[in-house]
Amino acid sequence: LAELADSPELPDFSLLKRLARDQLIYLLEQLPGKKDLFIEADLMSPLDRIANVSTLKQHEVDKLYKVEYKPIISTSDQVCFLIRPRIQTVKWIYVANADKAAGKFRRYKIIFTPQKFYACEAVLEEQGLFGDVTTDEWAFYLLPLDDDIISLELPEFFRDNFLAGDQRWVRTVGSALHLLHSIYGPFSKIYGIGRCAKMAYESWKEQVEEGDTKARQAEIGNAFLIDRDVDYITPLCSQVVYEGLVDDIFRIKCGCVEFGHDVTSSDKSVKVMLNSQDKVFSEIRNEHFSNVFSFLSQKARNLQTAYDKRRGMDIKQMKTFVSEELKGLKQEHRLLSLHIGACESIMKKKTKQDFQELLKTEHSLLEGFEIRECISFIEEHINRQVSMIESLRLLCLLSITENGLLPKDFRALKAQYLQSYGVDHLLTFANLRQLGLLVEQQPGETLTVMESKVGKLVNDKTAGKLTDAFSSLAKKSHFRALSRKLNLVPKSDEEYDLRVPRDMAYIFSGAYIPLSCKLIEQVLERDSWTGLEEVTKLLNGHEFAFTGSNGADLRAKSDAQRIILVMFLGGCTFSEISALRFLGRERGYKFIVVTTAITNSSRLIEALLGNKV
Amino acid sequence: MMKNKPDEEDYWNSSKFKAFTFDDEDDEFSRLKESKQAVNSIRSLVEEEDDEDEVEKVSWSGEPVGSKTSLSESSVKLYAPELRKPKSESKDYISDWSPEETIHRMQQGKVVSLERFRSLQDKLLLLDFSVRAHDGNIITAYFLIIDLFSFLCSEVLFRELESRQTALRHFIHYLTEIRDHRLLLELLRRDFLKSCLNLPFSPEESAHVQDHYTLLERQIIIEATDRLAEHAGKVEIFQKFPRRASILNMPLITTLYYCCFYHYNEPEGTYSSPLNIRHTFRISEKQYFVTVLAARAKLKAWSDLDALFTSRNWLGFTKKKSPLSFHRVVDILQKNSAPTQVLQEYVGLVDDADLRIGLAQKHKCHDIVINTYRDLKDRQLLLGYRGKVERGSAEERKINDLLDSPVRKRRNYDHHHHYQHVT
Repeated sequence: LAELADSPELPDFSLLKRLARDQLIYLLEQLPGKKDLFIEADLMSPLDRIANVSTLKQHEVDKLYKVEYKPIISTSDQVCFLIRPRIQTVKWIYVANADKAAGKFRRYKIIFTPQKFYACEAVLEEQGLFGDVTTDEWAFYLLPLDDDIISLELPEFFRDNFLAGDQRWVRTVGSALHLLHSIYGPFSKIYGIGRCAKMAYESWKEQVEEGDTKARQAEIGNAFLIDRDVDYITPLCSQVVYEGLVDDIFRIKCGCVEFGHDVTSSDKSVKVMLNSQDKVFSEIRNEHFSNVFSFLSQKARNLQTAYDKRRGMDIKQMKTFVSEELKGLKQEHRLLSLHIGACESIMKKKTKQDFQELLKTEHSLLEGFEIRECISFIEEHINRQVSMIESLRLLCLLSITENGLLPKDFRALKAQYLQSYGVDHLLTFANLRQLGLLVEQQPGETLTVMESKVGKLVNDKTAGKLTDAFSSLAKKSHFRALSRKLNLVPKSDEEYDLRVPRDMAYIFSGAYIPLSCKLIEQVLERDSWTGLEEVTKLLNGHEFAFTGSNGADLRAKSDAQRIILVMFLGGCTFSEISALRFLGRERGYKFIVVTTAITNSSRLIEALLGNKV
Repeated sequence: MMKNKPDEEDYWNSSKFKAFTFDDEDDEFSRLKESKQAVNSIRSLVEEEDDEDEVEKVSWSGEPVGSKTSLSESSVKLYAPELRKPKSESKDYISDWSPEETIHRMQQGKVVSLERFRSLQDKLLLLDFSVRAHDGNIITAYFLIIDLFSFLCSEVLFRELESRQTALRHFIHYLTEIRDHRLLLELLRRDFLKSCLNLPFSPEESAHVQDHYTLLERQIIIEATDRLAEHAGKVEIFQKFPRRASILNMPLITTLYYCCFYHYNEPEGTYSSPLNIRHTFRISEKQYFVTVLAARAKLKAWSDLDALFTSRNWLGFTKKKSPLSFHRVVDILQKNSAPTQVLQEYVGLVDDADLRIGLAQKHKCHDIVINTYRDLKDRQLLLGYRGKVERGSAEERKINDLLDSPVRKRRNYDHHHHYQHVT
């Protein structure tokens, strides 16, 4: 792919890691002497990217434990807990420790990250521990996962904010933005859409006003904040770009994936970091899966040629070869065989689950074509008790694209779902309804202006018949309207060459341009929301655009102006990142994706399950 | 931000909240040394990491150590002190803060006093400001600080929540998190909350709950009977296919599958009869077929399937019918490694000719392919297919016979052109 020659340089985000590490070391030193450290399970990987075990040891951390909700066995006089601000964990600390009863004295310290909550401290107070235990905050807001991806590693943001309506993380997001702004800003413009985005913006603004910011050369031009609930369609689609597909199948965790023995074709599994440092991966991560195989085999042939150069070398040449090239070739060889193994495993799994038919159904839903067939496909999926998550995913896609299910379809599918996967999913359905992901069309909603006009002209009986006829034609669907206005679904009669993508739709085999990314493209193109009024109305508004307050002069087309920070509140998918990278290459931008967590359809649905109370 | 020495000391001695300070030069210096050490230790790791066996090197979390980013120290020096500015200011009186100021101070983690917020109006004002700050932490804190118990007792204040949905949802989420079911239940009794929580169940949903209850009753009976039978060792099916798990608490369809597996031929009067389950729980025809198909195919009870799909009309003629498309039936059979003769029968029932040929080729149902080509009267395709069947097999002979038949030969010319461009 031809990259623009003058593509701007990305800011150096390793600085963020450095800051987090310094702060952590400072906090550890606040508790001088040897201490045992208990770390919350989901903080282990992020912590590992910041400070490795030897760094911790240097600061007198003796033993490391994972928080496992079991009794604490530690002989140390000092115990330190590094946890997320969760009531459950704080309660465990209290329950697990029998010191008070045993009359034993130890020093306890709880470090909450990225911040502490009053509710957690209230638990300590309630248990009479407040004061015995010192608490602190490790302001570790942002973890750079790659050159252009930064994560808050807060998957619970999605459920807390959108399902429970709890705004505990809004200020956290505001603070994260503030941190980026103070190091890499000032931003010239901030755009956004969504209720939470607006609140986060306001929280950030307040924090900017509290502190004093010095004028600095900006490294990031514009910022765009977007709520996950603006676009649920995109994360619900099957991913077919390599990185997304790897995430869907193997689950990338904190930028690292574990390939099992089916990939490594040995008896042990291997953990691999997936980022731009991996020369093989970085070339295929954004490619449609159908291109990956040919790319890898070409690469393998090149490698073979490079190895074959050895033949006919004299001793001196051989020596240079070994010292200069061999190591690189071996490294490449190893990566190549891993990714080839991953591809094979993906192919095997996808063939087994009739992936082709699944994709066909998804594409039909996006196009609004042969909906009856889609419904019966989903029904069979449920009847056969195929993956419970997958069934829900398809149901949600059906509901959003069709603006809700017809009451009789809704009831039948729901009943069958409960019969196949268990009645405790009543709560799951309640959750999905609350988010508007899976709803029943309300009677009357189908009545269009056209019908009521016709109704006035003819008698009631005829009007009733007409209503029936129209209801299938004129259903009000936000997605369909959005799709038309923004051209999200390219015409299906045109050939789409996935090797030479012409727009962002390539990430979904040319069937759909992700709504989230299309909005970003449109706003950047217009430099405002002007002209998108109808679109934002369909998305329930909450859009905003503000010019930076810090007198950032709009040095036209300076490099920083072409660096765009996009913040997803509630998670973003690897497919969206690939789409933005594509857009960046096309328009000469570089996007930096900041997200509360990396998500995909399974994670999204799993966060809403109600069957494990 | 004027710094007042005595007050500052007061704060540090009394505050529960630890804050960072970098006023102390020595402290800062030692910290920078720390950072440098930390960075150096990373560097050495990075170098080690270049080894070939890099992947195997894992840290305590079981993941690869280190990152290869190179750090520019000067930039850290440049910005770090500013970012690490102490969170708390030095001035910290406990006095008459306005609701707005109080919320603001709470957000900064400072001590506040709520003694002056005693009137209902003041309490509500404080709540409204906390909501306006978009900080869930503070909204929840509000409920903690305003004593929960007296809060609940105060009907007046409580009713005010009705118009404050954001605050209400924080309260409910907090109660859910601390698992205070007593308070949650009390909340539920209040009518105005029913709109905001999805409880109690709608009539349609209570039907599901009722079904679940009936199902559990059944499962208990079936489980008890079957466990006995399995232990007694007299029922063959339990010996041949020992039960993997208890049926208790399994979904309805799993229960149906179980009954189709172990109790297929029981009369409808028994609790464990599949037909009884089908009728009791109003299971759709398709759902029932799919489940029977899966269970009987697993047992390779092909004759049961034959009976399942066979329907007889009023004249006594039989016909194969399925609520599930036959190509899906083939798919399920194939996944249960059905023999070719069985597959062949169902592949032959697929309506769509293209789909049928595709499936027949995939599953090597030669007869179907050959017959379809024969019906299409396409000599070329037959010739082509002859290359794919085994030498000297019955299929090859059949093709040869067809090709030799003079009638076919002649007809083929008539239709050849037509099918050429179709295929």
